[in-house]
Amino acid sequence: MTSAGLSSILPFALRGRPVAEPGKRRTTRLPPWLVSWFQVGPLALILVVVFALPTALFLIVSFYDYDRMGIYPAFLLDNYRELFTTPATWRVYASSLKFAVIVWAITLFLGFNISYFLIFHVRSAVIRTVLFLLCAIPFWTSGIIRTIAWIPFLGRNGAFNQMLMGLGITSHPLTFLLFSDFAVIVTYVHLFTLLMIGPIANSLSKIDPALMEAAVDAGASRWRTMVDVVIPLSKTGITLGSILVFTQVMGDYFVVRQMSGGQSASIVSMLSTQIQAMQYPPASANAMVLVIFVAVLVAVMMKVVDVRKELVK
Amino acid sequence: MAAGRISDKRPWTFYALATLFGAFLLFLYGPMFVIYVLSFQGDNGGVTFPMVGFSLTWFKEIFQPGQMANIPVSFSRSIGLAAVVSGLTVVISVAAGLGFRRRFPGSGVLFYLAIASLVMPSLLVGFGIGLSFQFLGVEPGLFTSALGAQLTWTLPFGLFAMFAVVNRFNRSWEEAATDLGANAWQRLRHVTIPILLPGIIGVAMGAFTLSYDEYARTTLTIGTKNTLPLEIYALISSATSPTLFAIGTLTTGVSFLAITISLLLVLRMQRRRAFAKAG
Repeated sequence: MTSAGLSSILPFALRGRPVAEPGKRRTTRLPPWLVSWFQVGPLALILVVVFALPTALFLIVSFYDYDRMGIYPAFLLDNYRELFTTPATWRVYASSLKFAVIVWAITLFLGFNISYFLIFHVRSAVIRTVLFLLCAIPFWTSGIIRTIAWIPFLGRNGAFNQMLMGLGITSHPLTFLLFSDFAVIVTYVHLFTLLMIGPIANSLSKIDPALMEAAVDAGASRWRTMVDVVIPLSKTGITLGSILVFTQVMGDYFVVRQMSGGQSASIVSMLSTQIQAMQYPPASANAMVLVIFVAVLVAVMMKVVDVRKELVK
Repeated sequence: MAAGRISDKRPWTFYALATLFGAFLLFLYGPMFVIYVLSFQGDNGGVTFPMVGFSLTWFKEIFQPGQMANIPVSFSRSIGLAAVVSGLTVVISVAAGLGFRRRFPGSGVLFYLAIASLVMPSLLVGFGIGLSFQFLGVEPGLFTSALGAQLTWTLPFGLFAMFAVVNRFNRSWEEAATDLGANAWQRLRHVTIPILLPGIIGVAMGAFTLSYDEYARTTLTIGTKNTLPLEIYALISSATSPTLFAIGTLTTGVSFLAITISLLLVLRMQRRRAFAKAG
């Protein structure tokens, strides 16, 4: 730290405040790791109590026996066997995975390009903030309302069809727009693109533009600069955004149910039917499989990029 | 961080990306504008076009306890819960963000616990907590099980946001304060927190909205008294009326107001800082 930097920060930080006399430092000094533990202690405690322990509980319950009256402690693999031998399970997993991959590809494309535009092309910081907020504001409206907002937009007599017919692009309303896989994907992209923009923009903002200038000066084309400089330096954000979007789609409960018109189901909506029927052991087995599935996916993505090393410096 | 370009002439990619960005905004706001318009639907109108006149009926409906849903009460519950969640998230995740600046035994485990908590399918979190309460024989409630369920989502969010904030924080500022004789509390109060404040405000607002909109984690942990999103969901399943759209319009309006106010606060703070620095 230079002395100029020091004097620029101190006036507002310590202005006119009585401070302890120099030389009379604290007499006791805690070891640094203990200080850290005091600081992260509340977080650790809460995550263990409301997240780790309940998860352990449904791991246990997934082996329980049940009937219409209640659930009974046991160690059975029946719940898992039943789950894996039901064709519906495989179908639902395949359909959720399909949605997840498509939505991931679209949100990654949009998220990366929009972040790049906001960080490197917009020159004024104020305009950048305003544009970023414009992306974020719809996020403040309930996801449920944002989902059903597509119904009057995409419907038979919806705004989009009227516009197409008004422009003479089609002569009769398109019916595949609503209550279809198309509607599900559109809604997901609408809901989740911001989850991609946030982390990627954060990564991009840390790139020193001089690096890109250096690449160009050294003769790299714009494309090569992108592939060899910008993308490698933003991989933490890309990974984090991908994890968020992927897990949100895999854990979706509402969108598929509302927008597919009953043609598709999601893993979680299948699970919630079991919960409502109080079939806790099979629901727990189902939940365990989904948790492991998501955990493996996330582990693979984090293997590719050491997110922790990048985030906690 | 502002990024200067090599030359002042805009490359063609600028226009391509600007077009993409514009199209994205249209995509983002298109359906939102449809609900803003439809929320002023006439008395006899439905949830789709065409508009049958113009009225404020559906906004009035929000403020009257109806047969299907009691919006005002559930709204105040949501606000209360969101305020508590936001406060707890700020205190806990700011502390944890500072704690993570050095390696400590168990930091890896805690980091992955936070990741797991963030990516766990939401309904399953609620399911686990609901099941635990049943096993313990405790009634689920707004400020017990529902609060816990929401913290599993807002705390990791707060922590990761704090990583981004803390990364830009220069430790030598703290060291300078210590060298000048500040004790731990003075250093935190007069150096660390003021510098981190814009980030802290971001965490508070983020946590507030995550909680306010939360549905899947809350539904199995709330007990008998619904929050607003649960009430909205009940409305969708029973009868659809433009009231839903009116709620959407109102929420957006309130969000706009909240964002504008906090933006102005941050701007004022920065201006005061710039002034203090100059003076």
